[in-house]
Amino acid sequence: MRGLRAGAGPGLTAVKQLKRRTEAYLDNAATTRPHAAVVAAVVEAMRGAFGNPSSPHALGLEAERAVKAAREAVAALLGAHPDQVVFTSGGTEAINTALKGIAAAYRREGRHAVTAAAEHPATLAAMRHLEEDGFEVTVLPVDGQGLVDPAAVRAALRPDTLLASFMLVNNEVGSVQPVAGIAAAVREHRQATGRPCFLHVDAVQAVGRLPVSFAQLGADLLSLSGHKFHGPKGVGALVVGEGVRFRPLLAGGGQEGGRRSGTENVPGIVGLGKAAKLAAGWVAAGPSELRALRGRLVAGIRERFPDARLLGPDDERAAPHIASFVFPGLPGEVAVRALGARGVYVSTGSACSTRKPDPSHVLLAMGLAPGEVRSALRFSLSPMTEEREIDTALAVLEPVVAELRALARR
Amino acid sequence: MDRVVLVRYGELGLKGKNRPFFEQKLMDHMRRATAELGRPWIRKTYGRFFVTFREGQADPGRLDQVIGRLQRVFGIVGLSPAVRVPLDLDAIYRAAERVVTEHLAVLGRRDGEVPFKVRGHRANKQFPHTSMDLNRLVGAYLLRQVPGLKVDVHRPEIEVAVEVREDAAYCYSRDLPGPGGLPVGSSGRALLLLSGGIDSPVAGWMGLKRGLDLDAVHFHSFPFTSERSLEKVEDLCRVLATWSGGVTLHVVHFTEVQRAIQQAGPPELGITLMRRMMVRIAERIARREKLLALVTGESLGQVASQTLESIGVIEAVTALPVLRPLIGLDKAEIVRLAERIGTLDISNRPYEDCCALFVPRHPSTRPRSQAVEAAEAALDVEALVQGAVERTETLRPEPGPPA
Repeated sequence: MRGLRAGAGPGLTAVKQLKRRTEAYLDNAATTRPHAAVVAAVVEAMRGAFGNPSSPHALGLEAERAVKAAREAVAALLGAHPDQVVFTSGGTEAINTALKGIAAAYRREGRHAVTAAAEHPATLAAMRHLEEDGFEVTVLPVDGQGLVDPAAVRAALRPDTLLASFMLVNNEVGSVQPVAGIAAAVREHRQATGRPCFLHVDAVQAVGRLPVSFAQLGADLLSLSGHKFHGPKGVGALVVGEGVRFRPLLAGGGQEGGRRSGTENVPGIVGLGKAAKLAAGWVAAGPSELRALRGRLVAGIRERFPDARLLGPDDERAAPHIASFVFPGLPGEVAVRALGARGVYVSTGSACSTRKPDPSHVLLAMGLAPGEVRSALRFSLSPMTEEREIDTALAVLEPVVAELRALARR
Repeated sequence: MDRVVLVRYGELGLKGKNRPFFEQKLMDHMRRATAELGRPWIRKTYGRFFVTFREGQADPGRLDQVIGRLQRVFGIVGLSPAVRVPLDLDAIYRAAERVVTEHLAVLGRRDGEVPFKVRGHRANKQFPHTSMDLNRLVGAYLLRQVPGLKVDVHRPEIEVAVEVREDAAYCYSRDLPGPGGLPVGSSGRALLLLSGGIDSPVAGWMGLKRGLDLDAVHFHSFPFTSERSLEKVEDLCRVLATWSGGVTLHVVHFTEVQRAIQQAGPPELGITLMRRMMVRIAERIARREKLLALVTGESLGQVASQTLESIGVIEAVTALPVLRPLIGLDKAEIVRLAERIGTLDISNRPYEDCCALFVPRHPSTRPRSQAVEAAEAALDVEALVQGAVERTETLRPEPGPPA
């Protein structure tokens, strides 16, 4: 049993230097490793195009051009017009801008918003801010697969509904939401009432994994984050449809057409543009390779752990890059650390800490018991994941899970 | 007109023949604590220390920083920012005026006049004005020059000291508290059992206060406890180091031991067995490092392992003295101290120092030594202790960040 012997594990020095070998990085829903081409583009932008895009001189122009090229690349990836792309500091800012910005711009038109219980904390927390500002928020339940029912959305819409916000892919279990159905409901509602009602789609987990077309989705706003698809951290974008007004979060120099003030994060934006180009290639090739990797992982886990339970859908409603399992009796957080010590990186549904009992709201919303949530592990892939990583993870998983379960059972 | 800090120390005076040793220790610590603040000059005279500043380094901000650092040097009872002038009455007037003006600024705006008095002390009999003269002359000058004062020799709020020495005259009025205690290292060296919790760093601080120099030992059970809990313990050492100058941290990789206990021991005795192993390992490290006692954060009756029976059974495995500075404190008192020391926010970070996995549902509150020894018969105690000691890593976390 080589599983977890402290002597065989990494020494403290290794812990301090954080220079462990990465054998299998399967935590791509948390963040991705920036692609080498992205790193090169960022470095190049910091060395060369360091001017302020607002400056009238040649260096400023060079930076402005770099930002423009990145905007076009992001727009191309999403089937949007470059003018619709607003760069932000990441997904959280994009989501906050969308929800608070719409609420502030149209609050005379309606003060009701609709969302779901399994949304990302950025959405749920921004919705709570709206509530503090006098909005009423309907939080729809999700089913055992983490899915929202479009009929429930339709039923929740009221004449004073101003906003609906849903994620395209759930970050914890990978459910692909029926956004087309939701968008149709919102559109028909808008036509029936003749009042403004906007749909925001949180596409943070979908971009770069699935084809995402802003035009076809029928959304009015869409959020994305660079570091979820091999771009840099600290940069994201909000895509804003024609004629949709919003109040900017930040006041200042009027950059991004007055929609997001602050000197542009040129290196980050350039990196995001490069990541968008790479992602366009992956998405065009189709998700079958990624799906096959996920299938290999799921089959491998089922074979080794017959009692492990896959969370979320296992058909075409499952994203190709996320697979979460409950391993009954496994202390999930300890398993994440034990696996990490052997170079296998995954994530868990919650901490085992007794002082901070915060089991995942997503899994609870799906009807799991807190004990099950603590035994959940999430594996998340990316187009850069290799088959070898899946096999390594499976090989390491087997003894680690077995030993930890044995210890925890006592 | 020079700015100086006058440093008083108390208990050292009682130490008879050891006095020069204690004074030297205290001086070393003062130098260490202020080294990065331009190495002010420190000398001892008239039973006190004087901290003086090199040319151009005596701005008030720097003075406050130095006082802040010295307020973390054990052995210091009180500190006064002072002004030093040549032996000349006009210079003394101006020094007294400056001291009082600054003191009033610290007190802030208020209604009514502030009662004050002057306490002259002429140690240098060559100076033409007596102590009584000084009281009268300086008092009258201040009353004339500084608005908002009134004389009250019985209940002064500001007491302006004017000391005339051989070399110069010193004026001061504020008296800031030091931490008291004895200089770190003057009572010997000991090993602190440091978890990530609230209590053990406070126990360490109280040991430092009584002149102990401390190493710390932490038991790390990766992967059952996280790297972040280790980071937390290092940060606690860094805060303690701002009081002591440095804390060497021995990190014991305890996973093997914990696993063996979990597999072989009765669950209700798990915590007792674990703590006995910790004490054994700590003793081994203490002897290796020539440390003469163990210090723990135990208080009486807070948790199951801190009943008298538990403490007795746990302590039985070591011949070293086990110091428990918190034994008489309530939790609320410990928390207040932790806040003052600067460790509370770190201790409150939400990482368990011991994973809930190993906490039995019903720990024994009255472990009996026979049962414990019987349980240990199933363990290869010596091999486990030896292995853990060999797997110990020693770190020296940097002091800081500055308070």
